[in-house]
Amino acid sequence: MPSPRTATYRAAVLEALFSEMRLDDSVILMGEDIGAAGGVFKQTEGLFAQFGSERVIDTPISEAGAFGIAVGAAMTGQRPVFEVMFGDFITLIMDQLVNQAAKINYMSAGQFSVPLVLRTAVGIGGNLGPQHSQSLHAWLVHIPGLKVVMPSTPADAKGLMAAAIRDDGPVIFFEDRMLYNLRDAVPDGDYVVPIGSAEIKRTGRDVTIIAIGRMVHMALAAAELLAKDEISAEVIDPRSLVPLDVDTLVASVKKTSRAIVVDGGYRQYGVTGEIASTVAEHAFDWLDAPVIRIGGADVPIPFSKSLEPLVLPDAQQLARDAAALVRGRR
Amino acid sequence: MSTSLPTTTASSAQSLPSAAEALRLFHRMQLIRTFEEQVRNLYSGGMIPGLVHLCAGQEAVAVGVCSLLGVDDMIASNHRGHGHCLAKGADMARLMAEVLGRRTGYGLGRSGSLHVFDAANGNLGTTGIVGGGIPLAAGAALSAKRRGRRQAAVSFFGDGALNQGLLFEVLNMAAIWRLPMLFVCENNGFGEFTAIEDVTAGPDPIARGLSFGIPSETVDGMDVLAVRAAAQGALARARDGGGPTFLVCNTYRFGGHHVGDKHDYKDDADAKAWRLKDPIERFGRWLQDSNMATASTIAALKNDIDEEVRAAIDLAKAAPFPAADDLGIHLHA
Repeated sequence: MPSPRTATYRAAVLEALFSEMRLDDSVILMGEDIGAAGGVFKQTEGLFAQFGSERVIDTPISEAGAFGIAVGAAMTGQRPVFEVMFGDFITLIMDQLVNQAAKINYMSAGQFSVPLVLRTAVGIGGNLGPQHSQSLHAWLVHIPGLKVVMPSTPADAKGLMAAAIRDDGPVIFFEDRMLYNLRDAVPDGDYVVPIGSAEIKRTGRDVTIIAIGRMVHMALAAAELLAKDEISAEVIDPRSLVPLDVDTLVASVKKTSRAIVVDGGYRQYGVTGEIASTVAEHAFDWLDAPVIRIGGADVPIPFSKSLEPLVLPDAQQLARDAAALVRGRR
Repeated sequence: MSTSLPTTTASSAQSLPSAAEALRLFHRMQLIRTFEEQVRNLYSGGMIPGLVHLCAGQEAVAVGVCSLLGVDDMIASNHRGHGHCLAKGADMARLMAEVLGRRTGYGLGRSGSLHVFDAANGNLGTTGIVGGGIPLAAGAALSAKRRGRRQAAVSFFGDGALNQGLLFEVLNMAAIWRLPMLFVCENNGFGEFTAIEDVTAGPDPIARGLSFGIPSETVDGMDVLAVRAAAQGALARARDGGGPTFLVCNTYRFGGHHVGDKHDYKDDADAKAWRLKDPIERFGRWLQDSNMATASTIAALKNDIDEEVRAAIDLAKAAPFPAADDLGIHLHA
């Protein structure tokens, strides 16, 4: 059997963009430096040459206005993929996103829809400091009317980008910029991952680790460590935060009776809390221990090389926490 | 107006309306006025929850501009938007139902006066966020430009939005992308309860358009023909690929910021002077002076409108409120 084709995460998203733009002339891209420059992470390379400036639109550094224009374009027949260069900058578009895009289908009773994708690069790494390193997905999962996805693998990134573009409402696509060079198997041709479907990335029976975005890979590394200790961890990637595939998560927790939720965003009032309480509500009688939340440190993310690595949990610590949970020491 | 900036005039293709068209302009302005008087009555009678913001005094701007638009030309309104909705062709009973929170309204009665959308007539919505509709109109203009069918978009906003950063961002993009759109500032002198001069820098509001190289013009917003003439030139330029125009229509809000606001912060003499410029009375006199209408045709027309509005109110009041089942629908497309 031939080994499956591989691609990087960056290239996988690009494949979806090329393919959806070829399929549907109403798909346009908007963002800063995404045209001739090809994107600051080379994440839109080649699209401008293929589709031209009418469909790959370089915006000025005016996130609020440009995103609002994308919303208006989405209401009138376009399917914009709008890029916010760093996830930290979603703060600049919040009014247009929260008060307009998320609510227009509801407020207009379905007269207008907003088929729009907001893609943005998040995550810690490269010493970019407090204003270029945050993962603020917890802000957006709070808003009714938005769908929020956060793929962790190249295949999921390709499939969820295609699904997001085809969705008739606003979808937020969070991509961890530290995953751009990750290479893995990617299906050829048309490939769609349904929004709202979790995936079990590793099966196990002693503890369920629900991990989000880049943390999936950390959780898989921890599961390897746990296996050496004869602890069998199941790792689940929700892939979509809204809607959340509650059934898959709960089924796993009912099987293992223990759950840990891991996310790279701030821990306080974060998505780990929502997922942990959802699991506890649905599987309380099956749980042998409290659900554990692990998140990023609740501090502005420091620039210094000595401090930046301390913000995110690591695989060793996660493995220790999981082992303690399984052995009843938590 | 004291400005050292160059000014341009948008009114290149002025044409007087035919008698039939002129009567339609009058009819539409009077319809808005009567509709809003009834909204005021209903609000005072406790029939309308929340807040309503009326546009009495400003009708000439909405009607002058929208009389030149087709259904596939889009507008984005603001919080003082009943006039824009009706000028763009909204069904009065459906609009009233929305204001009353009834299920036959444009948003099933869930959205209210501040959030009225009318896709069939090309209305991207009234909005509760000052300046919030400006980029939506620009987005519609972007779509129009892509389609290449000479459609245009109009953003209506008040002088309060002159100080929103969003306006500057969108003016810039509309200019660099030559979007087929009109920025129509209804300068009624007050942002909510605060006079424009207390919170607004610069020699003249049109400088905000001129500084982006956008043709900009100050218009007598109490004169429907002046508004129409300015919009005519601006729309011709937009449809011909000449890009956006910024119009500042000087007008006056006869009432307060919302029904219930006693607006005692206004200068009495000033308010009285503006009252004398009432766009509907003024245009009615013009119709008679131009032999396009007689006093009795105007009186008859007003009577018809009274009946039309009453019928719309009756229809709206008879409609049910949204049911619990309506709470969750349309959350996602």
